[in-house]
Amino acid sequence: MSTTLIPRLQRRPDSAPGAGGLAERVLRIRESGIVIVLAVFVAVTTVVQHRFLGSANIQFVLVDTAGFALLALGETMVVLTRNVDLSVGSIVGLSAYLSADLFAQHPGISIPVVFLAGLGIGLACGIVNGIMVAAGRVPSLVVTLATLYIIRGVDILIVGGNEVDASSLPNSFLDIPKDTIGGIPDIAIAVAVLIGLGAYYLRTFRSGRDLYAIGSNPDAARLAGLPVGRRVFTAFAVSGAIAGVAGVLWGAQYGTINSTAGTGYELQVVSAVVVGGVAIFGGSGSVIGAGLGALLLSTISSALYVLGISPFWDQAIWGFLLLLAISLDQTITERLTSALRRSGTRHE
Amino acid sequence: MDAPEEPAEGPVLLELQHAAKSFGAVAALIDGTVELRAGEVHALLGENGAGKSTLVKILAGVHQPDAGTLTVAGRPVTLHGPAAARAAGIAVIYQEPTLFPDLTVAENMFIGRQPLRSGRRIDRREMLAESAAIFARLGVPLDPARIARGLSIADQQVVEIGKALSLNATVIVMDEPTAALSAAEVDRLFDVVRTLRSQGAAVLFISHRLEEVFTICQRVTVMRDGKHVLTSDLAGLTTQDLVRAMVGRELAARAPAPVHAGTGEPVLNVHRLTREGVFTDISLAVRAGEIVALAGLVGSGRSEVARAIFGIDRYDAGTVTMQGKPLRRASPTSAMAAGIGFVPEDRRQQGLVMDMSVQQNVALASLHELRRGGIIRAGAERAMASDWATRLKIKHGRLTDPVATLSGGNQQKVVLAKWLGRKPSLLIVDEPTRGIDVGTKAEVHQLLTDLASSGVAVLMISSELPEVLGVSDRILVMREGELVAELSRDGASEEAIMTAAMGQHEAAK
Repeated sequence: MSTTLIPRLQRRPDSAPGAGGLAERVLRIRESGIVIVLAVFVAVTTVVQHRFLGSANIQFVLVDTAGFALLALGETMVVLTRNVDLSVGSIVGLSAYLSADLFAQHPGISIPVVFLAGLGIGLACGIVNGIMVAAGRVPSLVVTLATLYIIRGVDILIVGGNEVDASSLPNSFLDIPKDTIGGIPDIAIAVAVLIGLGAYYLRTFRSGRDLYAIGSNPDAARLAGLPVGRRVFTAFAVSGAIAGVAGVLWGAQYGTINSTAGTGYELQVVSAVVVGGVAIFGGSGSVIGAGLGALLLSTISSALYVLGISPFWDQAIWGFLLLLAISLDQTITERLTSALRRSGTRHE
Repeated sequence: MDAPEEPAEGPVLLELQHAAKSFGAVAALIDGTVELRAGEVHALLGENGAGKSTLVKILAGVHQPDAGTLTVAGRPVTLHGPAAARAAGIAVIYQEPTLFPDLTVAENMFIGRQPLRSGRRIDRREMLAESAAIFARLGVPLDPARIARGLSIADQQVVEIGKALSLNATVIVMDEPTAALSAAEVDRLFDVVRTLRSQGAAVLFISHRLEEVFTICQRVTVMRDGKHVLTSDLAGLTTQDLVRAMVGRELAARAPAPVHAGTGEPVLNVHRLTREGVFTDISLAVRAGEIVALAGLVGSGRSEVARAIFGIDRYDAGTVTMQGKPLRRASPTSAMAAGIGFVPEDRRQQGLVMDMSVQQNVALASLHELRRGGIIRAGAERAMASDWATRLKIKHGRLTDPVATLSGGNQQKVVLAKWLGRKPSLLIVDEPTRGIDVGTKAEVHQLLTDLASSGVAVLMISSELPEVLGVSDRILVMREGELVAELSRDGASEEAIMTAAMGQHEAAK
């Protein structure tokens, strides 16, 4: 029995019946698993505290999820290639402060320009990560752990003891998280659309499929002549740029930004991605799953808050879910592999 | 179909002349010369270390030769990388293909060049259809929509061949494709190869099994010590001719007869060992100075029994006793302490740490003897490794080179040295000569015989009947998880073993 790297399942949208269909079925179970856990949490919490399903709370959870799921989208692209981006929390912090500071320094500056600035800041950080991982061949865990501290350090140098508060931010900016269409926050809709586009891209374009191939077997990807370095670089650049945008949103959502904004966010994002069924060693998973993972984790936090349970349980439950997700995937994949092996023996 | 077929008359598709390649001071290839014609299966033979792998890697574009010329379809070409080799129509199928386990079979074949529809989107339907068409052409019933995870090695090779066809490759190089295949899978692969040939491809076929070469190939090129020795039609050549060309000397047809056949006390006693669904009621004994072969078809449970004895796998019932003392279940540490050495089937994955040096690998199982105050003495490690390298005639560069740089046969010797350094009283060897060239094979056989003469008990699992018959004192045959026959050296023949291994009803002719 040869050892394989942590085997995981893969979203396979339009495969024919047969063994491919088996993988597809199992995966649908995997994603509906998140939805079921989510439904159970919502149901139990609502029974105890009816306010939980009130429109105010739903909006709160969705806004909270939006930034989180956006980061999970970028992180998924990196994780699919068997890498990880731990610097996103620091990028959010830096981008949140610098973009909010633009409003303070240049009153009347247009909101899209500020978003572009945040995107640019994040992109620059992502490019640094990408160059070191792709060209420098340094493991991404080390590179992004380093940039996590460096970017946070730069943030602290710039911010010092200052903070930007809501009084220096225009109301139209602070209103972004509050705008809704039919009770659903605009930004949640926007993020959902982005995730949908991301899923379509990863499924339908060669460069998207390359990300899966690289994570599934990096050596084979190189032998097949795929532009491994370029793809990995791009994944980090996109993850950085997305973190930059998420940073601007962070400012709009919280209104007060100091040098600790976004601290520790990166591990929550990685948790959401893994709970959402993306293989931590790459090659399989979907951005929709990652988005659902973010929604689940946000919902749990909110449920515990509404129920008046200590935030300690929040982290403990996240950790438990993480273990559950990983062991579940491990079991499913082992079963699936042996099922595929059986269906593959056509002779004798 | 079995006799060598008439020489191919097709035009020359590829010609490599006098290619040379050195790595540092080591000349891996001195004169690599091979000519492939359309519609032929051309065997490339040579001992491990003869330069075959280097020649293959030059054709694959992985290595760039220091000298020599390559002509493809009449035009001189220089292959700067794997992509250039693909563009020139050369495809290489490795012994263990590297697929993407998470992607579908179809996507594995088309990754990076999937058929597109409007907007540069992947045309999945077209991709599946093209894959299905290729499998139909090859006559294999593979589902292109399944993911590659769980495919047998034989099917993985078929996927690689399909990929080669989708690239319109005209030259297909197969580097020991049959080494890990069962007999039925080999037959199927040969059907595919015949199809390729009839469609005008040139196949370069590398194998250590000469009977396969005579079955499937029309011409042969033999290499020795990095140099081209001969190229000839196979018709009219005998196995002896080929072996002579490969090793440059005659080999004894049969390994030397064991001397101390079963004279000692039983060292290993296995009593009614059972693992549900894998093997049942296995009882056997191996005496000091005796080589016992465990024969049977691939999948009959031989390796599983060995793994259970050594404590890698659990078992449900039964006992394993070493020199009268029962062994703990599922504890390799306890097995090692009792004096068992285990040379696994898959030396790359299980027998060696490929990135560690030759020296470190040899010392790996004897660290407790080499250390003083918890620190491994480098001098002692080196002395031990150099001693064993000499005794086993391991061909290596420096002892500090990674073991991955050695040829397969020499890697196997390193695994043997690792265990011999512990002076085991029982050595279990699983397919000790798989993928090893003829010369080294004979050395390994001699080594096992010498060990037995010195009083070591040897339990050998082997699928090669000549090896089983030539080396062992007693032969135990397994079928479907059960011991079905015990044959003495004198009473054994290939027919007797196969009859027992396949079951009476099937073997009766």
